[in-house]
Formats: sequence, structure tokens, C-alpha cells
Amino acid sequence: MAEIAWIHAALTSARPQAISALLRYFRDLDIAEEAYQEACLRALKTWPQNGPPRDPAAWLIFVGRNVALDQVRRQKKQEALPDEDRLSDLGDAESEVAERLDGGHYRDDILRLLFICCHPDLPATQQVALALRIVSGLSVKQIARAFLVGESAMEQRITRAKARVAAAHVPFETPGPVERAERLAAVAAMLYLVFNEGYSASGAEADRRRPFSEEAIRLTRLLLRLFQTEPEIMGLLGLMLLQHARAGARLDADGQIVLLEDQDRSLWDREMIAEGLALVDKAMRHRKPGPYQIQAGIAGVHSRAARAGETDWAQIDILYATLEHIQPSPVITLNRAVAIAKLRGPEAALAMVEPLEQSLSGYFYFFGFKGWLLMQLGRDREARSTFDRAIALAGSASEAAHIRQHIDRLMRESGQAAAG
Amino acid sequence: MHYAILCYHSEEVVMAWTKEQNEEVMGRLEKVRQRIAKEGKLGPVARLLPTTAATTLRKDRDPPLIIDGPFAETKEQFLGFYIVDVADLDEALGIARELGEANPGGAFEVRPLAVYYPAGV
Repeated sequence: MAEIAWIHAALTSARPQAISALLRYFRDLDIAEEAYQEACLRALKTWPQNGPPRDPAAWLIFVGRNVALDQVRRQKKQEALPDEDRLSDLGDAESEVAERLDGGHYRDDILRLLFICCHPDLPATQQVALALRIVSGLSVKQIARAFLVGESAMEQRITRAKARVAAAHVPFETPGPVERAERLAAVAAMLYLVFNEGYSASGAEADRRRPFSEEAIRLTRLLLRLFQTEPEIMGLLGLMLLQHARAGARLDADGQIVLLEDQDRSLWDREMIAEGLALVDKAMRHRKPGPYQIQAGIAGVHSRAARAGETDWAQIDILYATLEHIQPSPVITLNRAVAIAKLRGPEAALAMVEPLEQSLSGYFYFFGFKGWLLMQLGRDREARSTFDRAIALAGSASEAAHIRQHIDRLMRESGQAAAG
Repeated sequence: MHYAILCYHSEEVVMAWTKEQNEEVMGRLEKVRQRIAKEGKLGPVARLLPTTAATTLRKDRDPPLIIDGPFAETKEQFLGFYIVDVADLDEALGIARELGEANPGGAFEVRPLAVYYPAGV
């Protein structure tokens, strides 16, 4: 049994490359997936006996291609190809063929496979579901459970999404530099979505969705290995690692979110932080700042602080100001105001967030933070009504519970004031 | 005689290990490591972060060229090393074999050291 688990890891690691090569060969996602599945079944039969091949991806591409061709030929009543029991002994010959099949294309192949999952017509959750199903090979059941929908509903959604990407006819020619850069940006955004579907979960959902974050990290590492010199991909991977490093401290025993400043930092994963910080350093050398790099830089400043009180808020303010400049958004200004509150007090921060009220009128965190600022300033009545608006906008029980703690505190204090 | 046991493995496969598989391997390696250390035969040991965190300095030109990524693009990557102090190659290979049983797949390159400066000297 143990051996099967290791073979499974080899199959998982080979999946993106194998499916994307088969997709280029057959130009049909369903055929590519079936060919890969069939190759995996044969791997599970032959690898335990013959030992795993030196290059699992090459083996799977070779066998998968032959299986699918064989089926096509059988339908045409032509002669079958030799089966993989003989082929698997070919050793280097098999990887040579796969190499020719695969060649230097695999970089663009894998990028294409990821890119078809980010079709702009697909809603975010469908992009995520499609990537997890096709690229990562998570089961429909696993994805359905994580999204709290029935298995057949998820199956339907994925089938519809697949039909949509097939109709979009993503070209199979090698992309030019501009097109490649566009694909890379779209794929980066999609991978960050996958990551956040895992990262933002709390309560009972958190466990079911943790594999999403881990998958996103694995695929982004793969992407960076293919595009080693892209500072934004370094930034994205760094950002994911620095955030995921806190996973063990983010939720309390009841699955409620623990704020960054209250987290037990000894539970942060030091290895992930080291890798994340190394990637930020590498990216900075390129002097081509982008949103992921800057967000990774901000996460890095938090990671370097041994205690919340030692956080370099001045550096965070500078980084948010840069982010505001290249990607203006009220949410970023709101985040910058958190740094301002630490550096210059609640009054300065309130002045910064008040103009944002119209554009963030549906945003939970805006009212949560504004209420907190008002509370700091002793404007309890306004704080109370602002917290009420936050609760009305809370997306989860734990968000609402967090605000309710503030309200309870306000009520206790006003009760004490009345009593005193 | 000092030998380096250089660990090579497919990074993609190692990254696809589940947390449990990773802990299982690390736990088994740790047992071997502790035993060799107790025998006074162990020098520094390191597990390296993924090659995506690497930077390469090409010094065959002036000024040197700094490149993102590892020195060589290979199917199996250099992922860590053990330095051992042993009587001969056989003993070094014995340790490598033992470490290999704890860690499936990949390869160890067993290579004698020419110069060795332990930390702080």
C-alpha cells in the first residue's frame, strides 16, 4: 500500500506536464484527460513490478499517446501498437520519443493548460474548479465538498466550463512574447484565486480547502520553474508562502479567525517564511515592481517582526503607497490606513478612510475598521452604528463574531460608565 | 576521511509528497542522522529550499552575470547534503545506503572532500 502512495506522488507531479503535452498532441481536453487516466491505470499496474521509470512524465505522455492513438486506430480497425509492458522496458528510447513529442514546448504547453482555465467568461469559482480538476487532478467529489455543493452539480459545472473553454479555441501555436506575457498574467491571477479559496476559508471549511492553497503553491512553483526570471511570479509565490506560513496560527480552536497582531508567531512556518523572503529578495533585484511583489513585501515585513509590536509600519506604509500608485483602489487605501493608524494615530487614519465610504459601502472590512477607529477615539455611539453595518455585511459567522466582540466591549464600557 | 553525501531527487516529485509522506521521510532520515551523529561521524547537514529560490552567479565573464534559478537545468535537482567523517568509501556508501532506505527515489552522490573548514574556523 505504501508503495502505491509514492507512485501517486509521482503521478501527481507529472500530471500538468503530461496532460498539457497530450493536449497539444490531440488538441482535445477530453481525449487528453482520458489518455492520461488510462496511462495512470497502466502505471499503477506496471510500476510496482518494474519500478517507476526515471522520467514519469515522459512515460505517461508516451503511453497515454499510444493508448489514445490505439483507440482511434482500433475504431478504424487497423493494427494495434505494442502494449506498454514491452514499451516500459525501452528505457531511454521511450524518453527520447517523449522528448521529441514534448521537446522545448513544455513551458508553453503547461502555460496553455493553465491559461484555458482562466477564460474571462468563466466566473472565478469555475476557473478555480476547472484548474483544480484538470491541472491538479483533484476529484470532483473533493472540489464539490469544499464548495459545499452536490457532486453532480459540480460535475455539471465543470462540464459546462470545459465546453466553454473548448469553444474558445485557445490557439496551439507557440505564443509570441506579448501573448505569453498576457497568458502569464491571467494564469497568475487564477492561481492566486485558487490560493485564496483555500486561504480565506475558516471554520469547518478551512480543513477541506487547505489543499487548494497547497495546490496553488505547488503550481506557482512549477510556473516559476518554467519562467525563472519573472519577478511577478517570484512575488506571487513569495506572497502565497508568506501568507500560508501563518496557516497554523490563523484560526483558533473553534475555527475562528485570529487577527495577525494576536497570532502566536511561534506557530508560523519558518521554512516557508525563509523561502518567501528569499523570493522577495530575488524579485527586488529586477527593479520591476508589481502588485504581487509589493504585497509579498508587505507580508514579508510582518514575517520579520518577532512580535506584533515590532512591526515596521513605516515600511508597510511606503509599500502600500507604492501599491496605491501602480494599482489605485479604495481597498488598498483602506489597508494603508491601518499602517497610518499605527504610525500617526486613529484620527489621521479616520481622515484617510472617510472619503472611501461611498466606494466601499458594501465592504465588511471598511465598516469593521472604521468602527474600530471610532472606538479608539471614544466616539462610541458612532462606533456602535458602524459596527452594526459591518455585521450586516459579514460574509461568515466568524467575521460577525469578531465584530460582536467589539460591540460587547462597547456595551460593557458604557454600562460601567453609567454605573460609575 | 571526509565525504559529502549529495542528495539528488526530482523536486517536482518531492513537492508532490503529502505532508504525511514528507514527515515520514524526514522522521526516518532523522533517526539515521542521530545515530551517525552519536557515533561522532557527522559534520554539517542541510536541506536546501527549492531551486526556484536559487540565484546563480556566472563568473566566466566580467562583471559576473547574475541569473535567476539553479546552475543547471536537470531532471533531478540538488536538494541537500550530509558531510560524514568515515574510515573509507565502504563506510560512506553504507551510510548512503541507510539514508537511501529512509528516502525513496532519486540518488546520492558520494564524494570525498579535498578541503574542509568546519564552521567558525
